[in-house]
Amino acid sequence: MKFIDEYRDRELGKRLIARIHHQSTKPIKLMEFCGGHTVAIFKHGIRQLLPKTIEMLSGPGCPVCVTANSDLDKAIALAHLPNVIITTFGDMLRVPGSYSSLQLTKAEGSDVRVVYSAQDAVYIARDNPDKSVIFIGIGFETTAPTIAASIQQAEQAGIKNYYVLPLHKLCPPIMKSILDIGEVNLDGIICPGHVSTIIGSYPYQFIPDDYGVASVVSGFEPVDILLCVDMLVNQIETGQPKVEIAYRRGVKAEGNQPALKLMYTVFEVSTANWRGIGVVPSSGLKLNNRYQRFDAETHFNIDPGPIREPQGCICGSILRGVTKPPDCKLFGKTCTPEHPVGPCMVSSEGSCATYYHYGADYGG
Amino acid sequence: MEDRILLAHGSGGKLSHDLIEKNFVSTLGNPILNKLDDSAVFELCGRLAFTTDSYTVNPIFFPGGDIGKLAVCGTVNDLAMSGATPLYLSLSFIIEEGLPTNELEKIVNSICQAVNEAKVQIITGDTKVVNQGAADKLFINTSGVGLVPPGVDISGANAIPGDKVILSGSLGEHGIAVLSQRQGLEFNVPIESDCAPLNRLVAEMLAVTTNLHCLRDPTRGGLATTLNEFARQSNVGIKIEEDTLPVNEAVQAACELLGFDPLHMANEGKLVAVVASSDADKILAKMRQNRYGTEANIIGEIVEEHPGRVIMKTHLGSSRIVDMPVGELLPRIC
Repeated sequence: MKFIDEYRDRELGKRLIARIHHQSTKPIKLMEFCGGHTVAIFKHGIRQLLPKTIEMLSGPGCPVCVTANSDLDKAIALAHLPNVIITTFGDMLRVPGSYSSLQLTKAEGSDVRVVYSAQDAVYIARDNPDKSVIFIGIGFETTAPTIAASIQQAEQAGIKNYYVLPLHKLCPPIMKSILDIGEVNLDGIICPGHVSTIIGSYPYQFIPDDYGVASVVSGFEPVDILLCVDMLVNQIETGQPKVEIAYRRGVKAEGNQPALKLMYTVFEVSTANWRGIGVVPSSGLKLNNRYQRFDAETHFNIDPGPIREPQGCICGSILRGVTKPPDCKLFGKTCTPEHPVGPCMVSSEGSCATYYHYGADYGG
Repeated sequence: MEDRILLAHGSGGKLSHDLIEKNFVSTLGNPILNKLDDSAVFELCGRLAFTTDSYTVNPIFFPGGDIGKLAVCGTVNDLAMSGATPLYLSLSFIIEEGLPTNELEKIVNSICQAVNEAKVQIITGDTKVVNQGAADKLFINTSGVGLVPPGVDISGANAIPGDKVILSGSLGEHGIAVLSQRQGLEFNVPIESDCAPLNRLVAEMLAVTTNLHCLRDPTRGGLATTLNEFARQSNVGIKIEEDTLPVNEAVQAACELLGFDPLHMANEGKLVAVVASSDADKILAKMRQNRYGTEANIIGEIVEEHPGRVIMKTHLGSSRIVDMPVGELLPRIC
């Protein structure tokens, strides 16, 4: 199939693998920032094909996983309000908050609906004028412009019962934060693909400039990822860290300017609370003054109660790349996709779920 | 006939009788059903297979089928997967008040087509109408009985190392067809459900040899679930090869877009067979002659290693686990 088959070409893949083996001489650590990359790497069994010199770590790029319990508790508290319809991307449904999950709240009678886009939530608001419709706005720069568009759409259509709980997060600031914490000595970063279609590759320039770390934007097909690893190894082996793109068909260096413009028409940069990392300045988005009335948190008076973190769960250090899922005592025992303790076991792009589904012993 | 189904149509009174006679018996009638006694009475001799399933699909009409066709094919296929020749079905409707009568008629017509194709008969039934909101338009339950020919012993626990795994055709069409209809997702190439009765295909396979070890239709949970069930029930390992799996382009594209794995998507007209290696080529050749088996392929084999696990050799030559999906499939966020 066009745009898939050519990026799964076996011969091309083999040539890249051979070149990586040939080039790689010293032990290095690479982090794939994005959960989508973690899944693709496991799904195609890429770790097994790389030389022993390359250690791959999974990063915090899973929007559900990095959502702090305090924010999940807000979503659940909103769901308990009368005459409210909660709309959310499906992955959020099963994530346990401090005491409950949206899935459980739904089973208890709250109106919680899975939507495929924020636009669907606007339609639900239009069709249910006597209810307040709240969209749980999670995700990175990939989804934020679409949610900005939904807010503008609601405003233009005069829909007054549509709200967003803005929990959006920004990638470059959290990459900086992980590099600043310095727990893992990274040699290279596989930069996110979908996020970069929006923000481009310029925002990653600080990675080689300030930290001397190699960085390459990758797509999600095996050839994309192998090409990305090949380029990273080349940068590291030649001692020339820079920002490169191995996903030219999707990403331009300058990004998608109309999408960014739309995003910053509605949102402004704010602090954000990241699971496992904590509050990071300038790493999130909130509604700006002009669109404040769409903010669910300011419009509704909720008390999510005290926060409780799951006992024994090490999602936080897994998200920072310090530990791997099989290092967790709960992994595969008390914490499974059927009975998740932490969010990384819930989301389809969470590291723990990926290790569990595709086999820790087949690439971990 | 009223334009919409009323509560009174399920009351047991005159409207119920009208509905049953004008809509159901006139279309689906046969000597056993036509008697309209409290139970169907019929003779059967031999080993029986008996199964039941309820159908609650939303939407009730989807590309390539509807809830009626599904209710017949699903139960026929469950019988066929035991090696049984499906014979008689019961048909029970739970209708939400207000369902347009012409929609019900369309569904009864498609039930009629499906029972004719599968060569089975509806011999008993029931109709209930519930208040709005108490059901989602229409639920159907069908139960079925069939006869298992002598010498046939098919079970998920019968796989032995060395056996071959055959898949009858491409993956995921039903799952994507229903999902796209439900969510209003439009693809350039329409994807139709593969919903079909497979009893004839199974009969033709059994004509090659009665020694089929395992047979199952990979419905909800997809191929991944069926293979994991075989591996666990038989306590064997299963090795499959990614390159041998038939997936049509449109399904592949839809799965890529939504972040789904075709191995997890539901099918309603496919089967997976585990057969002795010595029989595999003959069975495969026979399957490919049937309209529902033209794309059949040997996708892997049963092994002694890694009992209870399914391992797939990827396109690039590496390996990974094929696990069951957990709960409802949810699209990715970014």
